[in-house]
Amino acid sequence: MEKNYMKLEFLSKSSNESFARVVVAAFASQLDPTLEELSDIKTAVSEAVTNAIIHGYEYREGIVIVESKITGEEIEIIVEDKGIGISNIEKAREPFYTSKPNLERSGMGFTVMETFMDSLEIESIKGEGTIVRMRKKFKSLLDKE
Amino acid sequence: MYLSVEKHKNNLLVQFKGELDHHTTETVRQKIDQQYFDQRLKNIILDLRGLTFMDSSGIGLIMGRYKNCLEKNGSVSIISDSSYVDKILRMSGLLKIVNVYPTIEAAIENL
Repeated sequence: MEKNYMKLEFLSKSSNESFARVVVAAFASQLDPTLEELSDIKTAVSEAVTNAIIHGYEYREGIVIVESKITGEEIEIIVEDKGIGISNIEKAREPFYTSKPNLERSGMGFTVMETFMDSLEIESIKGEGTIVRMRKKFKSLLDKE
Repeated sequence: MYLSVEKHKNNLLVQFKGELDHHTTETVRQKIDQQYFDQRLKNIILDLRGLTFMDSSGIGLIMGRYKNCLEKNGSVSIISDSSYVDKILRMSGLLKIVNVYPTIEAAIENL
């Protein structure tokens, strides 16, 4: 597969969660993923975008940026916000930890991203924002090699 | 998201159709809780077979309803036939506290 790249910017509205995951899934589909792999990607994107809206911007209006790169057999997905940042990334990555217990969130967002993708990196600066970088290799592509 | 919320004896049967994410869970939660508390019901049966998507917002929704039912000495049952939904349920540890059945009849029999 040749290199490919796309970038998407949208308002931090919860109605855009489904928009973002469907766009990334459509972009990824050129790699002929299985239905399960597509579901994994949609779920991981949904978690990252939801985090940007609830935690990054705390429901205030902002721009969420989603980028996706295809390099060889791998897809990379980057979800970025210019929100409040994460004060303790290690804590945020713990299963069931949520900084907003009153919202009835499961605290499983990063765990889902970690489980459904091959790798997950989080960069965050307090007051400046958060960048979540996820990568996944598709089995269907590996089979073709 | 299309939601059907029905009373069956002292159980609340909730059937989902569509995508369950952060955006849709807000209204779903309100509809379920209103019926559950207004009609003083005991158990909740969540039929997830019509879902085409669910992320960790669904886990939060199920955990919250589990806590409500626990206070009323009731339980939450899940109807699922999708390996994708099962994968998320398993990951969240929900399967330790909530029973999953293939059909509504099986869930009601085991209440």
